[in-house]
Amino acid sequence: ADSIRFDSSRPPRKMMPGSAPPAAGSGMFVPTQTAGTVLCCICGVSMQPNPANMCARCLRARVDITEGVPRNAAVVYCPDCFSYLQPPRSWLRAGPESPELLQILLRRLKHPLARLKVSLSGAEFVFSEPHSKRLRLKLRLRREVLNGIVLEQTHPVEFVVHDRLCDSCARAQANPDQWVAVVQLRQHVPHRRTFLYLEQLLIKHGQAALAIRVASAPGGLDFFFGSRSHAARLVDFLGTVAPIQTNTAKQLVSHDTKSFIYNYKYTFSVEICPICREDLIALSPKASRDLGGLGPLVLCTKVTNAIALLDPLTLRVHHLEEKKYRVYNFKAALTSKQLVQYMVLDIEPESPEITIDGSRYQLAYAQVARMSDFGKNDTVFTVRTHLGHRLNPGDLALGYDLYGANMNDDDMDKALLRQNLPEVVLVKKSYEKRPRTRRWKLKRLPVEEDLGNKAKGEEERRENEYDMFVRDLESDPELRFGINLYKNEDYRSEMASTIGDDVPTVPIEELIEDLTLGDDEDEEEEEGADAGMVE
Amino acid sequence: DPVLCYVVSVGIQFENNCEVGVFSKLTNAYCLVAIGGSENFYSTFESELADVIPVVKTSIGGTRIIGRLCVGNKNGLLLPHTTTDQELQHLRNCIPDQVVVQRIDERLSALGNCISCNDHVALTHPDLDKATEELIADVLGVEVFRQTIAGNILVGSYCAFSNRGGLVHPHTSIEDLDELSTLLQVPLVAGTVNRGSEVIAAGMTVNDWTAFCGSDTTATELSVIESVFKLREGQPTAIVDDMRKSLIDSYV
Repeated sequence: ADSIRFDSSRPPRKMMPGSAPPAAGSGMFVPTQTAGTVLCCICGVSMQPNPANMCARCLRARVDITEGVPRNAAVVYCPDCFSYLQPPRSWLRAGPESPELLQILLRRLKHPLARLKVSLSGAEFVFSEPHSKRLRLKLRLRREVLNGIVLEQTHPVEFVVHDRLCDSCARAQANPDQWVAVVQLRQHVPHRRTFLYLEQLLIKHGQAALAIRVASAPGGLDFFFGSRSHAARLVDFLGTVAPIQTNTAKQLVSHDTKSFIYNYKYTFSVEICPICREDLIALSPKASRDLGGLGPLVLCTKVTNAIALLDPLTLRVHHLEEKKYRVYNFKAALTSKQLVQYMVLDIEPESPEITIDGSRYQLAYAQVARMSDFGKNDTVFTVRTHLGHRLNPGDLALGYDLYGANMNDDDMDKALLRQNLPEVVLVKKSYEKRPRTRRWKLKRLPVEEDLGNKAKGEEERRENEYDMFVRDLESDPELRFGINLYKNEDYRSEMASTIGDDVPTVPIEELIEDLTLGDDEDEEEEEGADAGMVE
Repeated sequence: DPVLCYVVSVGIQFENNCEVGVFSKLTNAYCLVAIGGSENFYSTFESELADVIPVVKTSIGGTRIIGRLCVGNKNGLLLPHTTTDQELQHLRNCIPDQVVVQRIDERLSALGNCISCNDHVALTHPDLDKATEELIADVLGVEVFRQTIAGNILVGSYCAFSNRGGLVHPHTSIEDLDELSTLLQVPLVAGTVNRGSEVIAAGMTVNDWTAFCGSDTTATELSVIESVFKLREGQPTAIVDDMRKSLIDSYV
């Protein structure tokens, strides 16, 4: 079975410089050359001369090309989903003696073979009884030994199959009540928009995949984990995407003083700043002064681990970190629930368009009237707005009605006393017509709802909030940037006439083709998100 | 056993180098050995040859690779133009008077690599000067053939032959072997020395009754060399006699 091959690409050994090249093909007479035989220099058997002048048997006796190639290896197998571990973390399903399994096994040998400069010319399975938990391979290895002689040799490798549940199977098997650590994520605001956004971020980054249970709680979410480090990882991640304050606590569950084992339950209480995007904030005189005379009326334009505050009258932006926020600890004077719809009657640009932190703004004077006033009175407000580039006469816009609002905020009162505040702060353009169905969809975390505790109308309120969130995503590419949108297979395009051209939609390039698995694998859908391919 | 000693194999090394043909030159009339090696190297030659032919320690052009630089047989010795006057004089003094020692002005100064000869025929590098060719014929008293061996033009490196037989590069084709042995009028065989080395003349040096091989040479190679150079002529019967005697002894 073993053989010697010669590398024909090499020039003959020890050919001296200036040797005459062969005259073949030049039309000259070339006498026939019959290759003679020589005796193997070791055993004296007659053979064709080769660079080592040794027969294959002697060569193999002197050099073992399989030296150092492992004869044993281990492979990890999940008996629940019939998949094999491909280090570091992926699990691949492969049937017995399948090409996929061969590929997985050969990858375990890739490094030793490369290190020894042995190339693999073939591999096949040797039957082994499945219950033996052994997989046998027969490899054909090839390696250059002396002066361009390539030896080929078969080499058996035995893999020991270790059973271990893969991460998703282990999670499915885990008892959700036997948690070790819990992350209690809270935000004390009357809506759940922040959690809708965080949910998408967690899905995209696979951060909640290790949670054995996610439960909805009043004012937030609870994530239950089987190990403290998994919970700590989630807390770390949250710290990078949201302004949070963390408290940890642990409770002794049981202990064994003789072997020094203590079992705790850990609780991470994570509180997100109660400032959300589009909130209107009245800064206290001290805060306003500290931030360089910002405001006092500011809009929150973006919330990451810092809060971006925009002064809509001067277009100044300030990023307030979580620690700095705790110093002032201001609340939102008006939140997006209190947005009122206006009709833009006239717009007059005041300065050219500028870009701050990737967002575009233009100062302009706008004449607006409340939609609710139409047909009742002729109240018109003339205000300065930062949305000059987006608004045109006749457009609808959402804004805070400071003129009619009933505010209960000390800082706002102080600001009202100190200076003239605008009667309207426009926040965003609004669109009347909406497509009923969208060509994209979002994935959701499997959140357990506490049904007994649910207030009346809660379901409807949740749906409205979700709808608002989806609309925000549609109109704000910056918000979409951090999350994955998937193609909606059920979507059928509505007639173009029913939707105005102006209505923002998500470009199809941003959508991700969903990975759909068989019907029996609904549980794995969640993981498929990571494997989704960008079109 | 005097006959067996004719082929000296194991333990012959020049400063841990098995290429004994590089550091020595053996003919039927004299033997040259490089200066500067261990005394063991010299004494091996000395012990085998001292009774019959002179063993001369020398350098050529100040180097020790004398076997690759000079060429000679029982009639003469050709030295390259790099040879100093002292060396030439030393060799003339030490070598028997009937051997003509001559320095030649040849561009290819490694004569040992370019020329291979016995007492009657010489094979030479195809690009050798016409004048050199004539000198070879005159001084060494041989017929000169320009040849290659298995496509190699360094005929002096890839073959070794005496008046009784010859060993050539293992890749030599059967047609080439036939042609060469017709030219040389001696039987030739393709083979190796020093455990598979193809550079025959570097690994061994031979005359009509003795061959010296590098210490890496295997028993198989030795037996090929012994048989093709006919170094064991008459020996088989001696062995058979020996065996017969011992057999008879044991039976009786």
